[in-house]
Amino acid sequence: MTALLELKNLKTHFMKKKANIPAVDGVDLTIQKGETVALVGESGSGKSITSLSIMRLIPSPPGKIVDGQILFNGQDLVTLTDDQMCKIRGNDISMIFQEPMTSLNPVLTIGEQIIEVLMYHQKLNKSQARTKAVEMLELVGFSRAKALVDEYPHRLSGGMRQRVMIAIAMSCNPKLLIADEPTTALDVTIQAQILDLMKDLSKKYDTSILLITHDLGVVSEVADKVVVMYCGQVVEEAMVEDLFDEPLHPYTIGLMGSIPSLDDDLDRLQSIEGNVPPPEHFPQGCRFAPRCPHAFDKCRSALPALMDVEGGSRKVRCFLHGDKEATS
Amino acid sequence: MSQVNPEISQKELELNPNLMEKPDTLTKIFIRKFMKNKLAVVGAIFLLAIVLISILAPIISPHPYDQQNLLAKLQPPSADYWLGTDRYGRDIFTRLIYGGRVSLLVAFGSVLGAIVIGITVGALAGYFGGIVDAVLMRFVDVIISIPSIFLLITIVTIFGSSLQNLIIVFALTSWTGTARLVRGEFLSLRSREFVLASKTVGTKSYKIIFTHILPNAMGPIIVAATLLVGGVILSEAALSYLGLGIQPPTASWGNMLQDAQNYTVMLTAPWYPFFPGFLILLTVLSVNFIGDGLRDALDPKTLE
Repeated sequence: MTALLELKNLKTHFMKKKANIPAVDGVDLTIQKGETVALVGESGSGKSITSLSIMRLIPSPPGKIVDGQILFNGQDLVTLTDDQMCKIRGNDISMIFQEPMTSLNPVLTIGEQIIEVLMYHQKLNKSQARTKAVEMLELVGFSRAKALVDEYPHRLSGGMRQRVMIAIAMSCNPKLLIADEPTTALDVTIQAQILDLMKDLSKKYDTSILLITHDLGVVSEVADKVVVMYCGQVVEEAMVEDLFDEPLHPYTIGLMGSIPSLDDDLDRLQSIEGNVPPPEHFPQGCRFAPRCPHAFDKCRSALPALMDVEGGSRKVRCFLHGDKEATS
Repeated sequence: MSQVNPEISQKELELNPNLMEKPDTLTKIFIRKFMKNKLAVVGAIFLLAIVLISILAPIISPHPYDQQNLLAKLQPPSADYWLGTDRYGRDIFTRLIYGGRVSLLVAFGSVLGAIVIGITVGALAGYFGGIVDAVLMRFVDVIISIPSIFLLITIVTIFGSSLQNLIIVFALTSWTGTARLVRGEFLSLRSREFVLASKTVGTKSYKIIFTHILPNAMGPIIVAATLLVGGVILSEAALSYLGLGIQPPTASWGNMLQDAQNYTVMLTAPWYPFFPGFLILLTVLSVNFIGDGLRDALDPKTLE
């Protein structure tokens, strides 16, 4: 397997008047061809900023990729010009969002929104693009796709709109699909349909998926590999079975513990004590130390490195595991 | 083509029965929605009639527009002079329909120009923000802070008051409101999710500005444009009143009104100021009604 996308020490900072806010602070991430990687973490952990950095769509100013590489098929996206990025967006990497209700343009028909992408990237003429648009809508499960192309988004339900978004995103057979909490705004039955659809399509076209979510249920359903983020850093990376069998990082253990379960008869849900610290107040040592039940002195003074454990099959950023000598 | 899950869409169709009907073509929907607004339809018919009559003026008019007949000055409406005569015995009806050519041309021409400039400046400022926004908006502030009537007078005095000059001058002095309006719309629209979504599929900035954001801002722009049409017709009348508008013997509604602004004329021939004034009123009113109708008809969110 060859790596399709490789983030190396990616740092995206926001320059505010008073402080430099490290929203993404040294993220390493590898996505293989055809693989589905889930990026998990609480709100504010830097998941979405990581994905927008890959698209090079960080609002700038104040945001800026200050360090690191984003290797896509061996090409560093950080060094590309905006024009070159436009050719990659939608064609090689595309993205779907959390809010299907607002991510379609209300004044353009669904057809127009797909056709535009096809005409730009695939250099199709209008009638070819229209035929292809109908095909794409059929592919995502609409039976009356021919009529749907002339429909405006407001006539569709949330689940239907999210399928239209997937149709747009997949229309040029991208190699990587970034899905930023694609099912959060949908109800449970529709969630399952959307996840199935994404899984089917990725298998069919060998598309890699970077799935950003805070829903561990979704992760167990579709992901091959899981990357857990906390405070702009990767704290744990493992194959999905390993992670659910035995989470290593105390933060991951905490996340797992906060999933409500029908089997356990608990009065209160477990939660992780405290809140995610704001980026300008990151602690000195391990960023999870203030909330960690296992923290000891070293955790508060030194930042642990992301270490290989279990023979290199998974990684964790914690002094409790792996080579005890390794520090950053 | 394989379908991933055909029964889902079947189910959704049942839940959402209005999706079963075949959607009408966009033009049909537009016409149907416009027709619903009776005032707009009346306004459109009236404006269309005025435009047609103005275009066909030489054929319709019973007299040449500059033929004076001092023996028949300030005549009341009669079979010969349908709307009476002015101070030089010229036929008011003839001058009104010739004046319509000038007034409408000035109004629509300069509003078109003003809207184009306003949209461009406002869109660039609102979309790109930051330094672009600061520079363009300070420029707008400067233009606004110059009293436009003095600017109009100065430019017209220097370059003369030909039809083209008037159009250019009005366009150059009346785009600022539109620019501010468009900037505001763009500021709020550019952070909407669908704009980010269209960026993620590689859409270029100019395309996002003109095909994605601008149509969303069309409602307020159309209303602003219709208000401007009224404003320009009135400004032209004001300039004519100062003797700087369209010069006689060429007729415009403004300079006819100005010609009638005379105590004796108003008393002895009240129909003379009445007709051009009334025509300006009706025209501005119907343009405003049409604007309302267009705004509703172009908004896809009010399909039915």
